[in-house]
Amino acid sequence: MTESLLELSGLTKYFPVMGGLVFKRQVGRVHAVDGVDLTVGAGEALGLVGESGCGKSTTGRLVARLLEPSGGTIRYNGQDISHASRRELKPIRSEIQMIFQDPYSSLNPRHTVGTIISGPMEVNGIQPPGGRQKRVRELLETVGLNPEHYNRFPHEFSGGQRQRIGVARALALEPKLIVADEPVSALDVSIQAQVVNLLQQLQRDLGIAFLFIAHDLAVVRHVSQRVAVMYLGKIVEVGDRQSIYERPRHPYTHALLSAVPEVELPEDGVGTERIRLAGDVPSPIDPPSGCRFRTRCWKAQDKCAAEEPPLIQITGNHEGHLTACHFPEEPTVHGDQEIVLDPALA
Amino acid sequence: MTLPSQATTPEAGSGPSPAAVAGAGGSPMVGRSPAQLMWRRFRRDRTGVTSAFIVAFYFLVAILAPVISMVYGKDPYTTYGQNQPGLLNDYGYPILPNGGVSGDFWFGLEPGLGRDVFMQLVYGIRTSLSIAIVVTIITTVIGVVMGIWSGYVGGKTDYVIGRIIDTLLAFPSQLFLIVFLPVVEAAVVSPEEETPVWLRYVSICVVLTVLGWATISRLLRAQVLSLREREFIEAAKVTGASPFRIIFKELLPNLWTPIIIQSTLALPLYVGAEAGLGFLGVGMTEPTPDWGRMFLVGSNVYHQDITYLIFPGVSMVIFVVAFNLLGDSLRDAFDPKTRR
Ligand SMILES: Nc1ncnc2c1ncn2[C@@H]1O[C@H](COP(=O)(O)OP(=O)(O)OP(=O)(O)O)[C@@H](O)[C@H]1O
Ligand code: SF4
Ligand SMILES: [Mg+2]
Repeated sequence: MTESLLELSGLTKYFPVMGGLVFKRQVGRVHAVDGVDLTVGAGEALGLVGESGCGKSTTGRLVARLLEPSGGTIRYNGQDISHASRRELKPIRSEIQMIFQDPYSSLNPRHTVGTIISGPMEVNGIQPPGGRQKRVRELLETVGLNPEHYNRFPHEFSGGQRQRIGVARALALEPKLIVADEPVSALDVSIQAQVVNLLQQLQRDLGIAFLFIAHDLAVVRHVSQRVAVMYLGKIVEVGDRQSIYERPRHPYTHALLSAVPEVELPEDGVGTERIRLAGDVPSPIDPPSGCRFRTRCWKAQDKCAAEEPPLIQITGNHEGHLTACHFPEEPTVHGDQEIVLDPALA
Repeated sequence: MTLPSQATTPEAGSGPSPAAVAGAGGSPMVGRSPAQLMWRRFRRDRTGVTSAFIVAFYFLVAILAPVISMVYGKDPYTTYGQNQPGLLNDYGYPILPNGGVSGDFWFGLEPGLGRDVFMQLVYGIRTSLSIAIVVTIITTVIGVVMGIWSGYVGGKTDYVIGRIIDTLLAFPSQLFLIVFLPVVEAAVVSPEEETPVWLRYVSICVVLTVLGWATISRLLRAQVLSLREREFIEAAKVTGASPFRIIFKELLPNLWTPIIIQSTLALPLYVGAEAGLGFLGVGMTEPTPDWGRMFLVGSNVYHQDITYLIFPGVSMVIFVVAFNLLGDSLRDAFDPKTRR
């Protein structure tokens, strides 16, 4: 792995939960992100995957410093930016950019495409050679849009095109790291692949590191060199792409993988396992003790409730492939295992 | 849509230079802004355009009152009925039928004082409309500032402003006006002195403003709260934009629509409120002509002379209806999704 550009250690973010009839007071807290350790190398694409509500967006927004962490540190290029103020962040802002999930709310409806894309340059006082307008046209071309469209308004574009505008805006400052928070999940399936390809190409051509957030493993499969699987505010498994997709150890990763529609049939004739998880993710306000996955895990034992499994390299795993589980699964995705935990589907 | 091409267009190759395109204002590549779309939609709305013309007419009358007075050859202060014999009878009512309407006095004469009703109305509209405009502008500015402040900053500020707004909105405002107008004036002028005209004008504006800003402020706060969650605000923050820039460059352009609609709907309300004050005898004092006070005079004489009441009444109804229709049309044009 290359030298790390972004380093998260023990990162936590709690949101207060207010209650009370007349006087609002804090009655609890949402453990949105609860001790996340991650690294992203320069030019590397890391996929961050997990079910809805497990804290992926919160992690992404912490990295982009839209939120201030409750605990832990965020180091960018060795510099601790966990609690940096807007002024202190100024030089780093241009290096960490973000692509948002909703192409309809991420572009100001009252601005032209040109204004939207040149906005970041204006804020940071960047005068590219040849002027901002020329740069905007270049960027539009880079993301596969007609450069003559810079005078148009967002409502004149389709969802996929809008998302490309968002990508162009993120590129305007020539960032080193882009946090892409489910950049394609709001798009039509047919357009998803195009946008994913675009991001992949940018990552390769421009050497930008990506934190690519998605809620299933299918989307990040081709984009990421490494994948981290998140569950209820914690990383449960992280490793290079091959390890995660072919030799997953954590039961949750197995469950997520079995939900990925299989494109090619396995040659050896053995079917892939089918796992259906029961119920919903438990509330992050009061997460289960020990292993957070134990309420839905088919391998759970007493130890799982008592002791939190550390994120470690299990024997037999590749270098850098870490799993947090007391009783890991076999490192394969094949097998006749059919686990249907959902009573509704049984 | 195509996949990203490998930058097949060389710099100077295809496509005009940036400068050339910037100069070509009417090029087909120029998109239509939301504002332009609204304007198109509005122009197609016949009711809206008609009421806009009616409203504009009232504004013209108010602005051009001195010119009208010059052309018409009369002013609102002279007591023509008392100066010229043969206009008013012994009881002070116009001798001619229909309230004394004639070629000389288009809308007739005021019973008692014998002033010209047409001039009274024109100048009365001028007074009332100017108060309403001043109040609308000030309440809008205060409402916008407070609304954005409270919505954007949130927390304690929002709480405090919110409670102030609650209190103001819960007030019976007409009652408050009647009670507080004398209080405001007594604070400035000693009881023996005569209240100057400008002071009455200012205190009406102040009291209406104090009671008025809360509505628009609350509305804008709600708008800001929903806009604040939109991702384009976060996108601006990620690039390092200052709160100042976010408010003025990102939020405000999205707030013009509710601001314009709200102030359009508020203005006739203030005209009504000002007229109400005049009617209750706490509005502009004699001899300043006042639209609302004409109703007070009219209500005293309508048994003998109903004509006097018709002119301010009909003109006020037309004005308020036209203004409200205009407000509705603007809302429809700006917000095509929320058709009533
Ligand atoms: N501003 C906030 N205030 C309170 N709770 C929040 C806030 N933002 C997120 N949460 C909570 O934190 C948890 C994690 O949210 P987050 O948005 O990070 O999840 P996610 O993994 O991105 O989910 P999704 O796939 O639905 O986007 C959720 O339970 C959410 O309700
Ligand atoms: S630690 Fe236990 S409960 Fe958690 S995933 Fe592993 S086996 Fe399941
Ligand atoms: Mg999310």
